[in-house]
Formats: sequence, structure tokens, C-alpha cells
Amino acid sequence: MVAALALALVTVALVLVFFVAPNDANQGFSQRIFYFHVSIAFTAYACFIGGAWKALVHLWKRDPLADLESYVAVHQGLIFGSLVLITGSIWAKISWGHWWLWSEDQLVLFLVLFLFYAAYFMLRFSVDPGPQRANLSAVYALFGVVLIPVSFLAIRIAKGFIHPVVFTRHGPNFGGWILVAYCVSQVAMFVLAYALYRLELAGKRLDERLRGLREVLA
Amino acid sequence: MTTAEKYVTAAYCAVFALLLLYVVIIALKLTRLEREVDELVERTEAGPAEEARERTLVG
Repeated sequence: MVAALALALVTVALVLVFFVAPNDANQGFSQRIFYFHVSIAFTAYACFIGGAWKALVHLWKRDPLADLESYVAVHQGLIFGSLVLITGSIWAKISWGHWWLWSEDQLVLFLVLFLFYAAYFMLRFSVDPGPQRANLSAVYALFGVVLIPVSFLAIRIAKGFIHPVVFTRHGPNFGGWILVAYCVSQVAMFVLAYALYRLELAGKRLDERLRGLREVLA
Repeated sequence: MTTAEKYVTAAYCAVFALLLLYVVIIALKLTRLEREVDELVERTEAGPAEEARERTLVG
């Protein structure tokens, strides 16, 4: 049901992005990357925040399911994070003429956030399964959430090539069909991420239950 | 097709290719889990039958 909704929303978003929304006055056609790039970035942040929240729940209630949920959320965040880096690089190539600029704080800070969460998996899989692994992973996931506001604010304080700022204190920097296309894209990405989260979580839970069953039968 | 159009198409294709790859990996994993469930069901069903056969042979 959620997967079907996600598919329908993504289709509607694509129609709006390519056939309804007008070309941006400054950036022209290349601005169309922004609909998915920004939506995916916010989805990645939401996944990392969700992962941190579940980590907190795990540390608070010692619930093994919360640990698994935190792990899956961080995994989703990393997938969407990699999409942010790919789409952002392509946009940078069109607009700035470079795939990547190490001098740009907002790019480097997002990469730091991405690598921080990539290291989460190295930590998790270097410890044997059990309460110790769950606790270490939870603490790490909680620390990572501090980097999210830093990464978000870096776009606003950037001075070099100037990463476009979509949302200001006075609201979004656009209106009409551009706003509609963006909102639908954003909702589509949130629903898609939730559908993928549920799918992966179901697989992980089934895997754990099967492992337990095999041990009982052995 | 202009250069900007090519890059935008590439960006959207990259997004869907990566998401498709992820879904395929999850689907393969779920297929493996389904196979393991079937194996366990076979083992649990074969268990009592074998025990009954052994009991008959001993008796």
C-alpha cells in the first residue's frame, strides 16, 4: 500500500517536474535537478534524525527492535545521502563547471556527515552482535545528529560560489507550479523512504527470527 | 538535446538506477529468506516422520 502510494507520488512528481513546472529564470532547465536533489537531502536528514531518535529509544528502553529500526533508518539515510552527493555533483558541473569543490564548506560538510554515517556501519560490524553492539551503535547514531544543523546552516552561510538557498526566514524562494512540484517531490521522497524503510525492516526482522529458529532447531 | 538537458536526465537516471539497485538487493535477500523458511518447514515436517519410522524399525 505504502509502496504503491510512493510509486504514484513519484510518477506525479516527475510529470510536474518535467511537463508542468516552468524553467527557472536564472538557471534555466538545469534547475529541475533541484526538485529531487533538495527533497532527497531533506529525506536523508529525516532518516538520520529518525535513526538518532530510535537510538535514543533503544538507550532509554533497551528495546532490541529500536536498535534494528535505528540501523535501518541510518542505512536509508546513507542511501539518500549518496543520491544527494550524486545529484549535487551533477548540478555543480552544470552551474559551476566543476564536479566537486573542496573549498565549498556546504559540500564538504555534507560529505563529512555522509562519511560519519558510513563509519557507523564499520563500527557496527566490527563488534559481535549483542547488547554491546547495539549500545555502541546507538551512541554513535546520536552523536551524528549534531552534524545535521551544521550541514543545513552551511548552505546559508556559504560565500564562495553560493549554493542556492531555497527556504529563507520569509518562506520559500519560489511560488506557483515550482512550489507545487517541489512539495509533491518532497512528499514523494518521504513516502518512498518510508516504504523502503518498512521493506528493509521487514527483511531484517525476518532474518533475525529465522536465525533464532535455526538455533532452536539445531 | 542541450547539455543541461543531458545532465538533468543523467541526474534523474542515476537516482532511479541506484534506488532500483537497492530494491533488487532487498528483493534478492527476501527470496533467500523465503527459501530458508521453506527449508526449515521441510526440516520440521520431516522430523516427526523420521522419528516414527525409527520407532517402527526398533519396535
